[in-house]
Amino acid sequence: MKKLLLTAALVAATSPVFAGDVVRMGTEGAYPPYNFINDAGEVDGMERALGDELCRRAELTCEWVTNDWDSIIPNLVSGNYDTIIAGMSVTAERDQVIDFSEEYIPPEPSGYLAMDAGVDVSQAVIAAQAATIQAAFVAAQGWTLVEFATPEETIAAVRNGEADAVLADSSFLEGHANDGLQFLDRKESIGGGVAIGLRESDGELRAKLDAAIQSMKADGSLNKLIVEWEVGSTW
Amino acid sequence: MFEFCADPASLEGISWFACYLTTGKHMSLYWSILTVLSLLLITAPTALLFGFAGASAARSGFAPLRWLGQIYVAIVRGVPDIAFFLFFVIALDQGFEYLRHQALCPDWSEPIRQGNDFIVCKAAKLPLSTAPQWVHEVYGFFLAVITFAIVFGAFAANVLLGAMRAVPQAQLETAQAYGMSRRQVFWRILVPQMWLYALPGLSNLWVILIKATPLLFLLGVEDIVYWARELGGSKNARFTDYPHGDWRLWYFLGLLVFYLAFTYLSERILAKVNRRLSRGQGIVGATP
Repeated sequence: MKKLLLTAALVAATSPVFAGDVVRMGTEGAYPPYNFINDAGEVDGMERALGDELCRRAELTCEWVTNDWDSIIPNLVSGNYDTIIAGMSVTAERDQVIDFSEEYIPPEPSGYLAMDAGVDVSQAVIAAQAATIQAAFVAAQGWTLVEFATPEETIAAVRNGEADAVLADSSFLEGHANDGLQFLDRKESIGGGVAIGLRESDGELRAKLDAAIQSMKADGSLNKLIVEWEVGSTW
Repeated sequence: MFEFCADPASLEGISWFACYLTTGKHMSLYWSILTVLSLLLITAPTALLFGFAGASAARSGFAPLRWLGQIYVAIVRGVPDIAFFLFFVIALDQGFEYLRHQALCPDWSEPIRQGNDFIVCKAAKLPLSTAPQWVHEVYGFFLAVITFAIVFGAFAANVLLGAMRAVPQAQLETAQAYGMSRRQVFWRILVPQMWLYALPGLSNLWVILIKATPLLFLLGVEDIVYWARELGGSKNARFTDYPHGDWRLWYFLGLLVFYLAFTYLSERILAKVNRRLSRGQGIVGATP
């Protein structure tokens, strides 16, 4: 049915009608509790709740889009969507390519999940999602790193023995700490807090979102979301 | 979907699966099967058209046209598919937006490239950022069809070129001796006979095209493999009414069956087409 409307779509796409500002929110949809696809097939999670509230406060109309983690920054700068709201930590490297809003989740130490609590991470094979702060960290330590495109695969790699431990945000790992997988005592403090990624030329949108985040911090509603979804420490 | 699905936690066995397999997310999976099938049905003829044009150009008597055809086939066949799908599509998309930008916003003063950012005026965005999500999806689908058609068109051009050369030269000369023009020889003698020679190569391409559809995800179109991976991943009871472990194996087995059945069906149909084309052909290679 959708495809039959192709012609209608092309007509609609060529007529310059503006129904207010629509901000396209890009996310990964595979990283609970930050963002995931729910049973109904829609984007859900802490960031969905946060994003919708920010859009309401900033009086923006928002539309949710999912994109592969690997190409999430290239597709932002080439304009396929306007924000990245996907549990992305602020780092200096990313900051050179894109801009970040004010942080909405404070820096959280990353944790390890392993089948055996006695794993020595410096001698072990560590799984991490490609292009994350955790993957960069393991590589910088000179340890053995195996990278995967999706968070799900990093967990599966530890379960089937391909890797000895997985390094990721603790709140994500929390949901997988069962059936023999357990946290190591060791934690790593890497990277900054989590913020919304924006194009460097998009100062106006950034100011609007910053103001909305500040107002949510001020009235405690952001802390409420963080507690509700268990995504780390509160402000 | 069903009424008894209201409380999934209380369900067991078949009724659990009935509810599980009809969630909105699974509907997206079934929908993506239609996406892939319609992509194949639209792309195959388009690629054949590209291939036919490429092959005709490559054997043209007019040198620049011949070079154009040969360059198209050589370049596209030489570039890895994945590189083509990653870079060409972004370039194509930005090219469209650039042209629209020039036409729609002539008094725009800022540069289009600002550092890493590619910025065109709002009216030139394709699709407009105000357009609903399905318009974006249809546009992505349309880009996918063009890209697949260009890539597979180059391979088809080579197959068709070979097929054209396989038609016995003596027949073409006889046609010329009867007073047919070059164009008449091409359309009346060469083209009707070349399909028989082209079919094995083209059926090969068709099967490769079926298997190449997961590249759709690189273009932002959510295909069967994406949904199988997403649905199969382990689900925690905190985030879903239907928690389960890592079921990707089962989903991928399902995909295996789907692709095998599809290629098997294609083989059967192509064998029929081959028999039909061979009928009455007294030339080498025809199966009676």
